[in-house]
Amino acid sequence: MRIRCPHCGERDRREFTWMGAALERPGGSWGEEMHAYVFLRENPAGPLAELWHHDPCGAMVRAVRDTRTHEMIEPGDAP
Amino acid sequence: MPRLFEAPAFAELPALPGLSLAEGQWGVVTEVAPFKGELEGISSALQEAFGLDYPAPGESQTGDKARLLWVGPGRALLIGAEPPEWLGGRAALTGQTGAQAVLLVDGPAVEAVLARLVPVDLSAEVFPEGRTARTLIGHMTASVTRLGPATFELVVMRSMSGSLLHDLTRTARQVAARP
Amino acid sequence: MRLATGGMIDRETQLSFRFDGRIVHAHPGDTVASALLASGIRLVGRSFKYHRPRGILTAGSEEPNALLTVGKGPGREPNVRATVQEVWDGLETQSQNRWPALSLDLMAVNDLASPFFGAGFYYKTFMWPRKAWEALYEPVIRRAAGLGALHRDPGPGEDEKAFAFCDLLVVGGGPAGLMAALAAGRAGARVILAEEDTRLGGRLLAEREHVGGQPGAEWAASVAAELAAMPNVRIMTRTAVTGAYDGGTYGALERVGAHLAPEADRPRYAFWRITAKRAVLAAGALERAMTFSGNDRPGVMMASAVRAYLNRWAVAPGKEVAIFGTGRAARATAEQLLDAGVTVTGLIDPDPGAREAQDYPVFPGGHVIGTHGRQGLSLVKISHGLVEQNIRADCLATAGGWNPQVNIACHQGARPVWDAERAAFLPPEGSVPGLTPAGSANGTFSTAACLTEGWRAGAIAAEDMGHKAPAADLPEAEEEAGATPASWVYEGPGRAWLDFQNDVTTKDVKQSAAEGFSAPEHMKRYTTQGMATDQGKMSNVNALSVLAAATGVAGGPAGTTTYRPPYVPVPISAMGAGARGSGFAPIRRSASDAAVRERGAPMVEAGLWYRASYFPRAGEKTWREACDREVRMVRHKVGVCDVSTLGKIDVQGPDAAAFLDFVYTGAMSTLKTGRVRYGLMLREDGYVMDDGTCARLGDSHYLITTTTAAAGQVMQHFDMVAQVLRPDLDVTFTSVTEAWAQFAVAGPQARVLLRTLMEDDTPLQIPFMGVTDARVMGVPGRLFRISFSGELGFEVAVPVAYGAALWRLIVAQAESLGGGAYGMEALNVLRVEKGFITHAEIDGRATAGDIGLGSMMSTRKDYIGRAAAEREGLTDPGRERLVGLKPVDGARLTAGGFLFSRGAAAERVNAEGYVTSACHSATLGRDIALAFLKRGPERIGEVVRFVDHLRGTDVLCLVCEPTFIDPAGGRMRA
Repeated sequence: MRIRCPHCGERDRREFTWMGAALERPGGSWGEEMHAYVFLRENPAGPLAELWHHDPCGAMVRAVRDTRTHEMIEPGDAP
Repeated sequence: MPRLFEAPAFAELPALPGLSLAEGQWGVVTEVAPFKGELEGISSALQEAFGLDYPAPGESQTGDKARLLWVGPGRALLIGAEPPEWLGGRAALTGQTGAQAVLLVDGPAVEAVLARLVPVDLSAEVFPEGRTARTLIGHMTASVTRLGPATFELVVMRSMSGSLLHDLTRTARQVAARP
Repeated sequence: MRLATGGMIDRETQLSFRFDGRIVHAHPGDTVASALLASGIRLVGRSFKYHRPRGILTAGSEEPNALLTVGKGPGREPNVRATVQEVWDGLETQSQNRWPALSLDLMAVNDLASPFFGAGFYYKTFMWPRKAWEALYEPVIRRAAGLGALHRDPGPGEDEKAFAFCDLLVVGGGPAGLMAALAAGRAGARVILAEEDTRLGGRLLAEREHVGGQPGAEWAASVAAELAAMPNVRIMTRTAVTGAYDGGTYGALERVGAHLAPEADRPRYAFWRITAKRAVLAAGALERAMTFSGNDRPGVMMASAVRAYLNRWAVAPGKEVAIFGTGRAARATAEQLLDAGVTVTGLIDPDPGAREAQDYPVFPGGHVIGTHGRQGLSLVKISHGLVEQNIRADCLATAGGWNPQVNIACHQGARPVWDAERAAFLPPEGSVPGLTPAGSANGTFSTAACLTEGWRAGAIAAEDMGHKAPAADLPEAEEEAGATPASWVYEGPGRAWLDFQNDVTTKDVKQSAAEGFSAPEHMKRYTTQGMATDQGKMSNVNALSVLAAATGVAGGPAGTTTYRPPYVPVPISAMGAGARGSGFAPIRRSASDAAVRERGAPMVEAGLWYRASYFPRAGEKTWREACDREVRMVRHKVGVCDVSTLGKIDVQGPDAAAFLDFVYTGAMSTLKTGRVRYGLMLREDGYVMDDGTCARLGDSHYLITTTTAAAGQVMQHFDMVAQVLRPDLDVTFTSVTEAWAQFAVAGPQARVLLRTLMEDDTPLQIPFMGVTDARVMGVPGRLFRISFSGELGFEVAVPVAYGAALWRLIVAQAESLGGGAYGMEALNVLRVEKGFITHAEIDGRATAGDIGLGSMMSTRKDYIGRAAAEREGLTDPGRERLVGLKPVDGARLTAGGFLFSRGAAAERVNAEGYVTSACHSATLGRDIALAFLKRGPERIGEVVRFVDHLRGTDVLCLVCEPTFIDPAGGRMRA
């Protein structure tokens, strides 16, 4: 799979660490929102907004990938 | 008080077929990371001091007095000269002298050897002189910069210098052994 | 037998090799298969299940039968296809899967038991009695299973892996592929042309067709020469593309040295990862087998292979050859055999309208119903009209049509579609983004149409990428496609074989359908058809046809199973190339590395780093002696330890303090410049992620440390926080782990030692948990006053290039004071004695409260993990919390052992905690341990039971405070 780092261009997946779904951190005290943020995830067969870390340059990258085909619907960009 | 000696990053460099190796002499190295909103101001001041711009992603800028090498978003290494005083307060300045193992590789086999280790297209058409990439050499995080038609500069963490030589030795011999 | 003239072999040069110990002659250009056939050797192996005799079926990579072991001893390679293995002088080959010999294989007794080994037999057999499975069945099956055997020693030459990039990847160098590469190459695109064979040309190398007025092979050679001269085209022969992966990435296996005698440094294989913007799949088509009773005898071959052996290798595979097929190709086979002086004993043509021939009998509308000859064909039984007849033949050339090699186009989940007119599965459109099938891989079966389609595919791809397509330059070629027989499966009295390697018959497939396993995916697993090394290349369509008929599906096979890489077998040594031995991961060495190894210190791994474990001195016989001495040395004199490996992150910026407040549980914004604070970082789920120190060097300047193992993880975490969670903060940070060599100097004599290295020793007056700049041996460095040993302790840091020299000097000074260097064993004992935690305690399941540091969790700010850490379950005092343990009778405790109340049965359900760290305390002269225990701090003074079932330990321990020495910390604050 190839992922685009906005600074380095398209690179092989081996240069990246997957950092999970791209979600807003609710903050504040523990409650349903923080619980969902920490523990609950959608598992779509389709587009997923997610975060990657481009390890060699340290950039966090946000992309939207179709989990069925690995098509990069929105290529990697700054989060 | 007697001075401590400075050890090179590479104790010894092997003789390899198709490749010649030399340790890069960077001298003093400082990482320069501009704070928010300071990039433009810093860039024009760097122009005045060294005749160089703060590098864009993928750029290596070389002048007579110093060199600026892009190493990450908002981060560049100033190589070969002390950072001017006025930079402090507008950018994070972090001493990085000696933290890298810098190897210059040169020779007819250089692209073939690097093709075994670097997952980036390094051909002259798409990776010309002065282009740098933050990528991997084998399993090691690295900077790879083209310095000439058959010359590259490889930079890995100093602690991994032995592994860099190990990987280059293996692949150079394998490339040379092709029928 | 070898023909007197012709063939693409070098007759001037004689080679010889061995097959099962027997010398066989060959020429450069021969494969092992062509040389064996030239010597009249037909029996080359035994099938997997029934050990039936097997002969060479094909002339290519799809070969299911002729699997040999190449080489003897280290590096021998099993399951090599004889049709792919090129001969070198002195090559050693062995047949496989037979005992004691190929001609007398006692395992063939399996064939007699074949009624018990039908479809799904392993679900129905070897089940009774239950005990017999482990004692009898499994060992026997294990010995009988498998084909060839590896040698434990990999031999000379490591495989390699490499990366390549191009605009257009052309898969296959036959007519379509050559034209695609030519069009795109002339257009100026960067092209890689990958061909599995040793030379370009594809089927043209095996046939007598003309292209552009020249013999096909010569035309191919001229195109190859033009391509080789283009700087933008790279030809990779002996390279099979193995898979189409996401994002235009393709895997390919290159035979670098597998065709030559092994040599040190020379890889046998290279595994390539090719990134291509576009690709053309010109992988061709493979001839389909005919399925009929007795079709598995050695001597039954593909007609296209017979022609290949005649034309390319000048080998006649028999003296009396019969042909079972239809159309032009069947006739051409007959003619070429006659040309070679071979007797054609009959052409059995299923087409009832097949015309007569001058020089050989033709049986129109006939089909084969049986064969004879145990270890090699001698007779073919046919039925035509109402008559049955025997025909003499030592070779039967069969032709059942053509199967486009669609695999690579289906690697991303698409299924091919059956085309009734062409009687073939075709690749669906757009099945792999950027990939276009062309030529016979696309169901285009005439040479002229293949050339046109290939050219067009290459030209369009080049234009897509912004190059100007050159004018079309199409040579003349054969316009007619070969004919396919109406059927390729024939009923008969005896077993008809589908999968020759796994011994699957038409009866097995029908049985599978009858038992309810009628979907292709089920039939495959239930019968094992298509699961052999050829992955069904020679059996899939035939088996699916039988399945369709058995399930009443009209119009041909309904569908296929899922295609997956690799398209050809790939040795794991190629996929894992570069990772053998120390190539597996980078090795990190610190500044003291050379000096400590000189001292003979055994090294231990800490992540990727190597650190000295202990420094044995003369007279010390065990590691414990050295460790105990080093501990006493630190407590009474002074010790030096290299701590450079800990992660060090330099944090700067107007919002540096706010950033650290967000990642640590404690407030670092209140830390004064020149001071150091211990810090905990939590995960967002409230558990401790890492611990370390935080030093303030200035208003907006901090230097933090992490543990050695978690340094990379913390950096990634920081990137996440700064770029995603708090992009509002004006902060930068960078790793300086590599920039500083740092040594701990610990013990009552620590200041005395350091004084000898510093002209100005003012820095030595900093308070406990302080930091300052300091010149060390004239070099600008830093001095920290922190202690992991519990003694008066400093850490001295200098720029890394000075580290090697400073280490030697510091150790010499320490030794002159009666101390010396200490390693990881002593470091660990010292910290356990003080109750200082490491990742043995914070292993991902511990909260700050569990380790007694609940007070470090600020209530005045938000930080990562704060909310989750407040949850009831994480603050429950009933949790397992940190205590110290002293065994009552001085017994050995081990980390991982469990704790129980006295009198409770030592069962998992009663476990109340476990030991995290255990060691012998040289200072106290007894064993001690740290442990988590339910309500631990409330049970000080209680005696509990420690059980280690693995080591058979069962002892009583006294629960105590988790600090065994100097609990008030007076020694380190001196």
